[in-house]
Amino acid sequence: MLYRFVYGALIVFLVVVIERVARLATLPVHLRWELYPVAHEENARYGGSFFEHLDWWKRKRNTSMLGELKVMVPEIVLLKAVHEHNRSLWYRSFPFHFGLYLMALFVALLVGGGVAQAFGVEIGASAPSIGLALHWATKVVGFAALGLMGLGALGLLVRRLTDPTLRAFSATADYFNLLVFIALAVVGLVASITSDVDFVELRRFTQSLATVHLDAPAPGGWVGAEIAMASAVLAYIPATHMSHFFTKWFMYHSVRWDDRVNTVGSPLEGRIVSQLGYKVDWSAAHIQGGNRKSWVDVATEKPEPKP
Amino acid sequence: MKRHLTIEEFSRPSEQLARVDIEDLIPLPPPYDGYKEPEWTRLKDEKRASCECSLDDTVLLSLPKPKSLREERELADKFVAGLQKLFTKENNWTFLQPLVLSMEHCAKCQTCSDACHVFLESGGNDVYRPTYRAEILRRLYYRHVREGGLLSGLTHGRVGMTWTTVARLIELAYRCNLCRRCAQTCPIGVDNALIAREIRKLCSQELGIAPKELHEKGTMLQLSVGSTTGMNSLVVKDNMDFIDEDMSEKTGVKLQSKWDVEGADVLLIHNAGEILAWPENPGAFALILEAAGISWTLSSELAAYDGVNYGLFYDDAQFARIALLHAQAAKKLGVKKIVAGECGHEHKALMVIADRVLTGDLNIPRESSFVLLEEIVNSGKLKLDPSRNNFPVTLHDPCNVVRLMGIVEPQRRILRKIAPQFREMEPHGVDNYCCGGGSGFAIMSGNNFAEWRMKVSGRRKFRQILEAFRDEPDPAQPKYVCAPCSNCKGQIRDLFAHYGAKEKVGLHYGGLVELIVNAMTDVKPGFMDFDAG
Ligand code: SF4
Ligand code: SF4
Repeated sequence: MLYRFVYGALIVFLVVVIERVARLATLPVHLRWELYPVAHEENARYGGSFFEHLDWWKRKRNTSMLGELKVMVPEIVLLKAVHEHNRSLWYRSFPFHFGLYLMALFVALLVGGGVAQAFGVEIGASAPSIGLALHWATKVVGFAALGLMGLGALGLLVRRLTDPTLRAFSATADYFNLLVFIALAVVGLVASITSDVDFVELRRFTQSLATVHLDAPAPGGWVGAEIAMASAVLAYIPATHMSHFFTKWFMYHSVRWDDRVNTVGSPLEGRIVSQLGYKVDWSAAHIQGGNRKSWVDVATEKPEPKP
Repeated sequence: MKRHLTIEEFSRPSEQLARVDIEDLIPLPPPYDGYKEPEWTRLKDEKRASCECSLDDTVLLSLPKPKSLREERELADKFVAGLQKLFTKENNWTFLQPLVLSMEHCAKCQTCSDACHVFLESGGNDVYRPTYRAEILRRLYYRHVREGGLLSGLTHGRVGMTWTTVARLIELAYRCNLCRRCAQTCPIGVDNALIAREIRKLCSQELGIAPKELHEKGTMLQLSVGSTTGMNSLVVKDNMDFIDEDMSEKTGVKLQSKWDVEGADVLLIHNAGEILAWPENPGAFALILEAAGISWTLSSELAAYDGVNYGLFYDDAQFARIALLHAQAAKKLGVKKIVAGECGHEHKALMVIADRVLTGDLNIPRESSFVLLEEIVNSGKLKLDPSRNNFPVTLHDPCNVVRLMGIVEPQRRILRKIAPQFREMEPHGVDNYCCGGGSGFAIMSGNNFAEWRMKVSGRRKFRQILEAFRDEPDPAQPKYVCAPCSNCKGQIRDLFAHYGAKEKVGLHYGGLVELIVNAMTDVKPGFMDFDAG
């Protein structure tokens, strides 16, 4: 049962992520709306763009992938924007997010350990080299992940409850989401401390999961509850605004940094031309689309003054 | 005293949702320390009785109050219909992807609020938080577009879909300068300025509601007569003749503007407001281009002598219509490129937003005048004497050109060459603050809206200007704010008048080309006359 639940949650997670990515990726190409600094520009350090050059369209553009990485990596790992612009929030948000990254690493270590175990590698405090390393890495990362995630979420919840502005903007789900993470951290810590301090049970479970041994006994009690909760949270995240962990890519690459220039005969121009053929349904007097006119019709007609 | 606002109360009728008490405003630096802003001019009772004025201390749109509950319902339903269209690719391919991304991912952390000059200078009034209007639209989106049903209230929060909500939301969309400083600081990439613009757009394109300054007297006038100033091509040519004469007399350099020169390298498009309000600016452009031997022309085609495109601020259809006229004029003349004059939103409209509207042979290269001017200054073709500009100068960065286009250094490099006492405002460049007149506000003054522009939206810029010249307290020493954008100049003019800044601090303002001409040794000294009105 627990195995099926975990597989199910994983499938839901993947389906929702794929659906959201597909939905965002297949939206029409929009008008440019970049915001400087654009990280791949050669003068990104002060926010300069290719427009600063005479006859910019004749010049070969030098864009830098490294420039993007220089912004993206500290942003993702250290939450640089929050650190710069909202320091007091960062003290709560950073542990929470870093705890989640560690959580992902923790799961990866458990799966890796499970697979290694299936190939006969012994893992434990008295195991040799790799097994010993895996044992300690899993233990340190696991406790750090649960601790940071829980403390961060608690900090965020307290702030959301006590700051009148944040409270005014919060819906029930915003509290619920944080409570879920706190609960997960508490259940995880209780499970680990009371019955699985070396994460042996969890590793055995991930081994069975990874090798599809569904008849192996599944953990019960606190550890079973921990697994069920973590799976449910995994399935839930992409359906919420927390999906920003992957949609942020679009925010940056498809909007803030999307400075692709439309050139005559380019595929981009082809997409624009086809979108200019979309039928318009706006009904104000100066448009009166009625699904009869295309954007080209609208743009080339002289609008009627108000009736 | 300000109080915390909830989202839910936005939809509940009340006489006035938010108030900015004069005591809440952040005090200004010397010599305005101790200065107390005059109280708000109260909206007239007849106005309050007949129009929707229940948002804050001012009103821009003056929407007539519906005559019956039925009419209220109909208008609210129409808004919902527009909201649904806003999220279809056919009706809104132009901004759908950024809009959906901003709608669905805000963490409501309020980091962006501290970047917003309107929110900060109001003393932190909740109604001006970048997130406030966005959150209302978000809740309506989940309820009426994503059809979240009752669950949407739990997951995304509630706000009533009433006429009060609609009337206030339209008005509130016009309390944002669309400067996108808030978007720059959002850790996730959410853009609350875009949301404000999309609310404006929905209302214009579906309900036919927009400020008359932008619509009737803006884009509609430009599309029918040729310019938002009301000038047709004959009048504009006449006015430019006067400017040529004046400039020739003032500078000692014979000047004749060029019109409709086929095959010229450059089609220069000014914001036509310059011709009426700051004639020395187009005059200075003409003088510089002639002196540098540039092959250039103006166009007298419909709308092509006015680079204004207010569609940028509120309506995609109007935007596209005007952008097309600009491109068609360039195509007709067969010029090599269009150069945008000193107008920020013209820059962004023509060079960035129109980029994915103009296709085929209408996609004519478009360039900033700042870049061309830098090339001219560097070329040595003008003989320049920087000592003629030996007075304190600071630079205002028009948001449209700098934060939204990344044209940061050319104008500074020019200033460093020709203005020995140039100093920066803080912050500047892509981190600048809006002048407070952005997104068309500078041309809006009805009712007591001009007061709001001075007391709230423009206050941060005035503060920055005062700080930049803090080391020059003597009002007898003229100080120059170089604001290379018509809209910003309009706002700065009004700010200086409001605070009596010329008399009290010695503040003057103007464009970039005026400083260049002032430094030209071929020009009679004293082109810039700080003693004149
Ligand atoms: S827009 Fe960004 S910075 Fe502002 S509240 Fe939302 S997530 Fe936070
Ligand atoms: S765009 Fe500018 S004025 Fe509007 S909310 Fe953001 S920071 Fe404030």
